[in-house]
Amino acid sequence: MANKDFPLIFERSKEGRTSYSLPELDVPEVNLDDEFEASYVRKTAPNLPEVSELEVMRHYTGLSNRNFGVDSGFYPLGSCTMKYNPKINEDVARLDGFSHIHPYQDSSTVQGAMEMLYDLQTSLSEITGMHEVSLQPAAGAQGEWTGLMMIRAYHEANGDFNRTKVIVPDSAHGTNPASATVAGFEAVTVKSNEKGLVDLEDLKQVVGEDTAALMLTNPNTLGLFETEIVEMAEIVHEAGGKLYYDGANLNAIMGYARPGDMGFDVVHLNLHKTFTGPHGGGGPGSGPVGVSEELEAFLPKPILMKKDDKLVFEYDRPQSIGRVKPYYGNFGINLRAYTYIRTMGAEGLKKVSEYAVLNANYMMRQLEKEYDLPYPQHCKHEFVLSGRRQKKLGVRTLDIAKRLLDYGYHPPTIYFPLNVEEALMVEPTETESKETLDGFIDIMLSISEEAKNDPELVQEAPHNTIVKRMDETTAARKPILRYED
Amino acid sequence: MEFRYLPMTDQDKKDMLTTIGVESTDELFSDIPSKVRFNRELNLKRPANEAQLKKELTDMANKNANLKNNSSFLGAGVYDHFIPSVVDHVISRSEFYTAYTPYQPEISQGELQAIFEFQTMISELTGMPIANSSMYDGGTSLAEAVNLSAAQTKRKKILVSKTVHPESRAVIKSYAKGPNLDIVEIDHKNGVTDLEHLESQLDENTASVVIQYPNFFGQVEKLDRVRDLISAQKKTMFIVSSNPLALGYLTPPGEFDADIVVGDTQVFGIPAQFGGPHCGYFATTKKLMRKVPGRLVGQTTDEDGVRGFVLTLQAREQHIRRDKATSNICSNQALNALASSVAMSSIGKHGLKKMATLNMQKARYAKQKFLDAGFEVLSDAPFFNEFAIKLTKSVKEVNARLLEKGIIGGYDLSDAYPELNHHMLVAVTEIRTKEEIDAFVKELGDIHG
Repeated sequence: MANKDFPLIFERSKEGRTSYSLPELDVPEVNLDDEFEASYVRKTAPNLPEVSELEVMRHYTGLSNRNFGVDSGFYPLGSCTMKYNPKINEDVARLDGFSHIHPYQDSSTVQGAMEMLYDLQTSLSEITGMHEVSLQPAAGAQGEWTGLMMIRAYHEANGDFNRTKVIVPDSAHGTNPASATVAGFEAVTVKSNEKGLVDLEDLKQVVGEDTAALMLTNPNTLGLFETEIVEMAEIVHEAGGKLYYDGANLNAIMGYARPGDMGFDVVHLNLHKTFTGPHGGGGPGSGPVGVSEELEAFLPKPILMKKDDKLVFEYDRPQSIGRVKPYYGNFGINLRAYTYIRTMGAEGLKKVSEYAVLNANYMMRQLEKEYDLPYPQHCKHEFVLSGRRQKKLGVRTLDIAKRLLDYGYHPPTIYFPLNVEEALMVEPTETESKETLDGFIDIMLSISEEAKNDPELVQEAPHNTIVKRMDETTAARKPILRYED
Repeated sequence: MEFRYLPMTDQDKKDMLTTIGVESTDELFSDIPSKVRFNRELNLKRPANEAQLKKELTDMANKNANLKNNSSFLGAGVYDHFIPSVVDHVISRSEFYTAYTPYQPEISQGELQAIFEFQTMISELTGMPIANSSMYDGGTSLAEAVNLSAAQTKRKKILVSKTVHPESRAVIKSYAKGPNLDIVEIDHKNGVTDLEHLESQLDENTASVVIQYPNFFGQVEKLDRVRDLISAQKKTMFIVSSNPLALGYLTPPGEFDADIVVGDTQVFGIPAQFGGPHCGYFATTKKLMRKVPGRLVGQTTDEDGVRGFVLTLQAREQHIRRDKATSNICSNQALNALASSVAMSSIGKHGLKKMATLNMQKARYAKQKFLDAGFEVLSDAPFFNEFAIKLTKSVKEVNARLLEKGIIGGYDLSDAYPELNHHMLVAVTEIRTKEEIDAFVKELGDIHG
């Protein structure tokens, strides 16, 4: 593709062109301007584009050709679970009886939709081992915040107002401490030990009477199962705190272990990761929360329940933390997740985790030949390499990532988690074939050779993409956030 | 059982286990302590094949009364507008919907540019200098705006008009518990904000005033009067929640010196889908640029000087700033922002005003028909495409009877406003025909007796 500017839709605009086809004005016209003070009638039309319908399609098709998705190629982006997005999910989400129903219709007219939601929340309870699930949160980060608000409400209901701290591991995703702050807590860090797991001794130091909760993913962000999870739960619970499960990494353990059985009190899930609701270029997601029986009363309201054989949204929940999102959550994404769960069933979901873990270990054992592997034990669904060996040659992890673009791969997550130098976090997912994994492994090994023999080739990558490396510094120093004529 | 999303063959598995140096995949799970090992099969419905599942879900969908087979006068924040065919064709391109957040700009220029264009369109509509790449929905976007105003002014008191969407107000209250804000609701008079009550509550501790424009009742609030009241208090911020379609006709909040303008772009190309996913927008001033929650796309150039786009000002965000981030938002509504961008491109500069006025004309026709039929209306103040009428029976009962005639009636205002017993909020969009409106008024008249 030509290496040049791609016009903005505004630059394609020409006075007098239209792409709209609006209904007729079939009622007698009244003079609207009589009703409003002049200062309330818009003087200048917003500068939206004037383009024909074909130009709209050409523009956005052109943009799509400048974008990379899971259907385009391998996307081993650690912690993001970039698995295949099934097409049946997209089809059913577009059925009129699902896509064109209004949240304020009487519940008797939307029993089909509510049945689906009820079945989904029941399935998610079973998969996570939690007592009750709410589908209201819009995404993972909102699920985290919702969970922490419930924990806060629980402590306060017990007259305990001094639990101000939320403990997060040093390897945690940034949303964990951010959610803690937004929920009104102070985030404190617990260290990892030399095995990449939470340091129990440090945890004992950090917990106390001010501990509201410990937030964990398990497997953790290094892709390692926290083997001492039972002991950790005991430590936190004995101190009066609660255990929060970040479901970002659930893809590794479905049918093998459940957060509820590990002692977690609150769980959130990312349905757009494990349960295939597509990522959409950054959303929409869906972030249901599950709770133990002890915390059920604090769930956001309304909750969906069965009453006299009818499904109803129940608002009479005096201890609820309230509403976290208008209406009933991201229904369209929940529907896709439901469709996926119905496609896979118990047997399929367990195989998902089995192959996610098999694929990750297979890649890890081949890539450790050329890349440092700080934590050599079996991994779960993902693993973290360090590019420190290549760094000595002057080739940074960023360069390796950019070189992968030349070979048609989306790079792994880089520079995360923070506790691994020059981190490369690889998550293949279960939907990739052995051939795909082998192809990627070969390229990663050959990039390592390039780093030794021709470092500039890697340092100056990418060479084959439609644009080269971007000047991000100027973008941040002199921000241009919209088009101006 | 075969699973079509799982490509591994028995031979592949064998070969891979050999490479890893283990006998079975179970060994790879041996780090899970036996105490927490799950030792039975998950109790889920049996897996369904594609044909069977499609049938099952179609049957489930058919149990719902939908907005396509009935004529709907239900709005209250979620609207049945025309969606151009191009929208679904664009968002069905899997390069868009199967992509992650565009953290690798070299292979994500399509998404980044689409977001940059979305930001521009929202900026144009609202009359604000900048807009972000989207929020979950209008309600949570408003709650983020409220929390930002408190952080910015270092004040705790927030004045929220009761004419703001009841569910948005509920979300504001939930979000306010984190930073311990004091949410004070301002009364309404016949569906518009009581400015005397607002003035009496406004003081030097007020972080922000929240107004919806047009408001929940469809009425157009006096933003200039509110602005004047706010300006008497230094620093107090003016937050306006706006239906962006209405801004095709109404003067944008930016021209009334709003500090933050939020809302939902569901009206542009996004189906109701039982309340979500929709798409929040967040627009503000340059002054607050580095405090904006969520992702921002900026224009820059590559090494060869070619124009391109990147995620920018990321020092605000959770993945960099962690506990000091301005918000915890991570995933947003990118695909729905794209849908709205396509719809806005399709509607275009002149189509927007035409679409807005079509809504207004049809709503006025309906309102006049109700008046002619002897119904009482809540207010005769200026409005957009919604208005409230008074019934003699409960709205729930009336709506059940309307549905028998293929009509989805309006919103029951008594749910959120006990003082408005038997009041129905009626929404009339551009796709309702004269015949549908006439039939609606007639049926309601018959039920009304």
